Amino acid sequence: MSEPILEMSGIVKEFNGIRALDGVSVSVQRGEVHAICGENGAGKSTLMKVLSGVYPHGSFDGTITLDGDPVAYGSINDSERDGVVIIHQELALSPYLSIAENIFLGNEVQRGGVIDWNRTNVRAAELLARVGLQENAATKVLELGVGKQQLVEIAKALSKEVKILILDEPTAALNDDDSAHLLGLIEQLRTQGITSIIISHKLKEIRAIADTVTVIRDGRTIESFPVEDSDEIETRIIRDMVGRPLDHQFPPREPSIGEEKFRVEDWTVHHPIDVDRIVVDRASFHVRAGEIVGFAGLMGAGRTELAMSIFGRSYGSGISGRVFKDGREIQTRTVGQAIRNGIAYVTEDRKRYGLNLIGSITVNVSAAALGKLARLGIIDRHREYAVAEEYRRQMNIKTPSVSSVVGNLSGGNQQKVVLSKWIYSGPDVLILDEPTRGIDVGAKYEIYGIINEMAAQGKAVIVISSELPELIGLSDRIYTIAEGKLTGELDRAHASQEDLMRRMTASRIQGAQPS
Amino acid sequence: MTTTTAEQATAPVPPRPDGAKKKRRRVDLRQYGILAALAVIILLFQVLTGGRLLYPGNVSNLIQQNAYVLILAIGMVIVIIAGHIDLSVGSVVATVGAVAALSMNSWGLPWGAAVALSLLVGALIGAWQGFWVAFVGIPAFIVTLAGMLVFRGVALVLLTGGTISGLPRSFNAIGSGTLPSTGTPDLITLGIGALASLALVVQQLKGRADLRRLNLPRERTASFVLKIALAVVAIMYLCYLLAYNRGTPIILIILATLVLLYSFMLSRTVFGRHVYAMGGNLYAAMMSGVKTKWVNFFIFVNMGFLAGLAGVVSTARAGSAVASAGQSFELDAIAAVFIGGAAVQGGVGTVIGAVIGGLVMGVLNQGLSILSVDAAWQQVIKGLVLLLAVAFDVYSKRRTGR
Ligand SMILES: Nc1ncnc2c1ncn2[C@@H]1O[C@H](COP(=O)(O)OP(=O)(O)OP(=O)(O)O)[C@@H](O)[C@H]1O
Ligand SMILES: [Mg+2]
Repeated sequence: MSEPILEMSGIVKEFNGIRALDGVSVSVQRGEVHAICGENGAGKSTLMKVLSGVYPHGSFDGTITLDGDPVAYGSINDSERDGVVIIHQELALSPYLSIAENIFLGNEVQRGGVIDWNRTNVRAAELLARVGLQENAATKVLELGVGKQQLVEIAKALSKEVKILILDEPTAALNDDDSAHLLGLIEQLRTQGITSIIISHKLKEIRAIADTVTVIRDGRTIESFPVEDSDEIETRIIRDMVGRPLDHQFPPREPSIGEEKFRVEDWTVHHPIDVDRIVVDRASFHVRAGEIVGFAGLMGAGRTELAMSIFGRSYGSGISGRVFKDGREIQTRTVGQAIRNGIAYVTEDRKRYGLNLIGSITVNVSAAALGKLARLGIIDRHREYAVAEEYRRQMNIKTPSVSSVVGNLSGGNQQKVVLSKWIYSGPDVLILDEPTRGIDVGAKYEIYGIINEMAAQGKAVIVISSELPELIGLSDRIYTIAEGKLTGELDRAHASQEDLMRRMTASRIQGAQPS
Repeated sequence: MTTTTAEQATAPVPPRPDGAKKKRRRVDLRQYGILAALAVIILLFQVLTGGRLLYPGNVSNLIQQNAYVLILAIGMVIVIIAGHIDLSVGSVVATVGAVAALSMNSWGLPWGAAVALSLLVGALIGAWQGFWVAFVGIPAFIVTLAGMLVFRGVALVLLTGGTISGLPRSFNAIGSGTLPSTGTPDLITLGIGALASLALVVQQLKGRADLRRLNLPRERTASFVLKIALAVVAIMYLCYLLAYNRGTPIILIILATLVLLYSFMLSRTVFGRHVYAMGGNLYAAMMSGVKTKWVNFFIFVNMGFLAGLAGVVSTARAGSAVASAGQSFELDAIAAVFIGGAAVQGGVGTVIGAVIGGLVMGVLNQGLSILSVDAAWQQVIKGLVLLLAVAFDVYSKRRTGR
């Protein structure tokens, strides 16, 4: 074999005395797609930040060699000069700038400080063609969906003569089509000689695209091995990640479904700014006590909009329709009112809507139910602490202490904090929007268990997910939604991916009706 | 206080399974950092003024003359934690001062009623600004910039006749009077000091016992004891100085009450938690059911109320109302809050920090005027201190890897 393009060995990184990386070694061959797997908080993102100079040389121990030469990056600019480019778990584009401006941000096509707009646009167009994004380079980034933003990030990386492209959970927020396109692009870049390192919790993707995988657990390398597209590989990765084999993807469950708990009738929502545009069109559905109901739909179909508009009208304008709980009509005009009526909504965008990132785990867990912890407006801090501890144990949140700042947790553990917060609010109706986004396989299993437990307690549970196998594995019943309209309702027994997909793409012209 | 910091910084760190304690200590260290800065500044001026800074009379003066910064800083820290700013407080002080003076001298209200009216006017002004910020959604910077102009103008209109002086003596006592005294030394002041020390010790011990019971990380015993000992010494020394002057300034009692009340409110109540939550992530707070509009509204009502109180206090201290009163008070208060460790982007800050920041500003004011430094240079120095304090804060955060 040729010599590796990149070798990291014995990497140790501490935060305030806590080891996030404890002697990790990775060796990446030239021109391969190298996957990094590991549980939430295993240290994957941290390792990549070490590699790309986000954590500068000297703030960690161990050595990094690129093409056989040791390197010491003081900043992300240094690593980019060597062609090591990272695309972070959280996208970092400037929303009000155009695609072209974003691509060349910090790397402007200029002469003496004056931007050469013609060349900027020409080169941007070339790069967009290369990543297969059919958009005008002058379009503002905020008008693009996540999938397209991801492509802009890659175009930006390509503009820097990238040799090693690092992608931290690039498909976590993408739908299947966008994911497929992105993975295709990575394949294509490989044929052009670009080495990629990809972090993902989606093992199917890793099977399909990676040449080699390195598994990390608790800040240590477990093993590195070649990947082929087989079930054995998947099992092996999981065993390495979790430390034990995982027999089932979904925990066993005996549904015990009762009376109708929650019903929504003729729910119509208009766009918040473009008020004539209908986003959700006369949606009617119901959920019974103890039932888990899935909502399947493509990105932009109106699933999140439906949920957020029900939850205290947090989205949209011109909302009409009726909501019933236990047969009685309830009002959900404000978030407070929705919560008091026993509704909880776990957002898909935890950074923006879910968490106070500079606050501790404790204050985040209690945030939606302070009333339960307070008397006469005064918070019982000891009980609050006990509650946070309880959820840390129950949800297996990986943290040194519940006083830790949430922003320092790994992505998956942040998700568990959001879940804890809403479960603690004690809802009767629990709406979960992409509850396992960015969550590792082991933790997914745990979260499915928690969802089942919620249902077993007689709550009405709604799960919105872009992962059809997850919806099919979890739900008792699935509604499909396309272009703001409910286009189907299927029992678990009758739901197949193909069937769901067909209804999710059913357009209004075909006149598909809820069945 | 400096010894505490040094002791903590160099102490060997025993290995700990969870490492939480170490983190805890670092946070404390930053709190001490501000205190250390205050101690250094006091010592510096003590030397520069040849010991005059801590003359009993000067200490009493320092408290009475700078009470306004502390009162305003308490309101301002809440505003800033929530992610806003209030530029109008200086003008509000002038307007309320004018109302207070007019109501006693022209409308013949007794002083008690005049104070109540003044506080009400302050709160109403706050409600006016809160309305625009919270319910119309105009950034506080704009609303209070407008307020700064409007209420300066209102003060000028109210005081077209010029200065109003000759206010009732009971009113002036709020700013410059003391509690009854038993002579020199004043035993009442010493008694208050002893009570306060006792309360502090009891409260600290209780807090520590709670931590132990819950098995939460605690400070080491040595530094805990040292900390309390230093605090008690500081309290008793202050009382000793005051006892040899004229006794406890009334304003000190008002200040102590405010500090306790607002510290409690921010750290222990649902309202306080909502303020932090909104500063940390406004959208997440909304999606957790926080009534963000009403919280914003009350933050400004409260700021107006405290600006009203500052107006009463500074008018009483001066013994007269002028339209130019309260000039640049807002800047003193904002500076105090940031020196005290609040973050510009919101979500972070404490009442105690703001009060210590206010004391830094107060000692600077007092020390520089004892040294009769030119007013122009005083501004230069205060500006630089603000810059250095915040730079130090940023630097220490960066070094600890955030
Ligand atoms: N800035 C920081 N300060 C303190 N601790 C941190 C910081 N960044 C990461 N950590 C800790 O380091 C560990 C590894 O985090 P990292 O983000 O690398 O995990 P990850 O493998 O990427 O997980 P995920 O799959 O959830 O994204 C976690 O326990 C996290 O809490
Ligand atoms: Mg990560």
